[in-house]
Amino acid sequence: MPNNLPLDGINRTKKNVMLEVKELTTKYITRYDEAVYAVDHVSLKVEEGKSLGIAGESGCGKSTLALSLMGYYFAPLHYTSGEIIVDGRNISVMKPDDIRKSILGNQISYIPQAAMNALNPTRKIINFIEDVLQAHDFYLNKKEVYERASTLFETVGLPREVLQKYPVELSGGMKQRTVIAIAVILLPKVLIADEPSSALDVTSQKMVIKLLKQLLETGLIGSLIFITHELPLLYNVTDNIMVMYAGQIVEHGTAKQAVFDPLHPYAKDLMGSIIVPELGLRDVKLTAIPGVPPNLKNPPSGCRFAERCKYVRPECKAISVPLREIGDGRAYRCIIPEKELREAYQKEADQNAR
Amino acid sequence: MPDEKNIILSGRGLTKVFGFGRQKTLAVDHVDFDFYAGEVVSIVGESGSGKTTLARMLLGLISVTEGDIYFLGKKRDISSNKKKQEYWKNIQAIFQDPFSSYNTFHKVDAVLLDCIRMRGGGKLPRDKKVEMMAEACSFVNLKFDELTNKYPFELSGGQMQRLMIARIFLLKPKILLADEPTSMIDACSRATILDMLMQLRNEIGMTVIFITHDIGLAYYVSDNVFIMEHGKIVESGPPDEVILHPKEAYTRRLLNDVPKIYEEWDLSTVTYPS
Repeated sequence: MPNNLPLDGINRTKKNVMLEVKELTTKYITRYDEAVYAVDHVSLKVEEGKSLGIAGESGCGKSTLALSLMGYYFAPLHYTSGEIIVDGRNISVMKPDDIRKSILGNQISYIPQAAMNALNPTRKIINFIEDVLQAHDFYLNKKEVYERASTLFETVGLPREVLQKYPVELSGGMKQRTVIAIAVILLPKVLIADEPSSALDVTSQKMVIKLLKQLLETGLIGSLIFITHELPLLYNVTDNIMVMYAGQIVEHGTAKQAVFDPLHPYAKDLMGSIIVPELGLRDVKLTAIPGVPPNLKNPPSGCRFAERCKYVRPECKAISVPLREIGDGRAYRCIIPEKELREAYQKEADQNAR
Repeated sequence: MPDEKNIILSGRGLTKVFGFGRQKTLAVDHVDFDFYAGEVVSIVGESGSGKTTLARMLLGLISVTEGDIYFLGKKRDISSNKKKQEYWKNIQAIFQDPFSSYNTFHKVDAVLLDCIRMRGGGKLPRDKKVEMMAEACSFVNLKFDELTNKYPFELSGGQMQRLMIARIFLLKPKILLADEPTSMIDACSRATILDMLMQLRNEIGMTVIFITHDIGLAYYVSDNVFIMEHGKIVESGPPDEVILHPKEAYTRRLLNDVPKIYEEWDLSTVTYPS
């Protein structure tokens, strides 16, 4: 293992594919032996130095997807089919112990939702870093660990005094940034951030976002997968956005396309719920999506959004809808052709304007 | 003392001090405000700016250190339990965390029956009560038949928050104090909750006081915005003035921290505290 990780940044100009997922399906098995397919044939691709955002309402499988991407499954989550390829290496065929030892932490890192509560209150921050390094066979003495950690902390804008503090001495935003710094100490190729800022106020949130962007720019992480339901945030952080609904991808495109020109009716409704303090907001009516997502124990056979869709047609409920590719990496899952959808949206916009 | 007729709630020199001696914290610092009947006001500030303390004082949950609160032109009197209950018929609240807003041992219908009793409907026949509860539930898109035998913890966060609105529907207070009602639920249910609150306001004509750190939300819903910093109100006025043309540096900073989609979001202004 290299003992000299370049903690002041890596130049990532090559466009390698960092993470590729092909038709990944995972399921939860309940105590009554029922299978719940929370991630259903999801394919995605993240290039070096790029970021991918995943949006969707609660209960549509965003967090399960994040867990599934790590390739490390524990009950009640189980792997069913599909491939996860991290930097050219297929990890879906590896044994769980090998994944824990050689993938998690140094290839894929994960920041869960309440990450800042994960710190043991009786240990100093430097101890957590020692733990991470030791778990991945970096046996360094205390001074070397301290040197390494403080170099990284300085790069990401955290004062080095933090290392000698206990978690209770730090504020919420500081704790969150510390957790992120610990997660990237081994310079992972993929960082999965699951709602890293939802428990913070706007000022600390901005710091976390800046930190993540900084990590990506300096090349300390190879790529970023960012999960949240706050669309304005996603728009500002990520290059590409994927919208999930009931375990499936329903829309995929660049951030600009997904926010300003969504194609799938669900994505359209989602974008209608954006609240930003800018001129023009007060004239727009917020769209609330009626109903709730379907129960994934027995999902509808046709389009999963059909029950709540404004543009539903009789054939929607009959056939299962494939993800339709329309060029430049854009895709959406709806049986209505692109042109007709756009016409319908235009018509609705005209009606609302009157 | 405020003399205008349609002022419903106002404060003069309202102050709250926590602790004493060296530990003294000035949470709310000589705040003056007037809330007019039927309007939606927002109190916006960072965490630690004293907005929740102000809300708790308005509700009468904590004592006031200095200054006065005037309710309907008269000085508020909550010196006895009876007077307090009378006051709470007029002012009600929705809190941030729906999971800890309910008594875990009371079923959903007990929660709603309590509201009917509070409005003086305790002696009504059972089927009349059920009808009222069903009406309140259907207002917030919940099915009363499915809820009757459930405990609050069996509901989802959005459902709980909606049940809270159903309570308000039954109680019909003059003032509703909503303390970050949408910060724990996701962006899609947020629009639903806001819609319902606004619909309810139009129906029973109450005043809504929003406490929030989301300046976008304040801009969207309110007729009047108050910006709080370190226990003081630094700026107030209609949202088009305060939020689109802020005068104070603090308001500008707060606005800058919210992600934008039509304009460039400037990340270079962020400085990490050391």
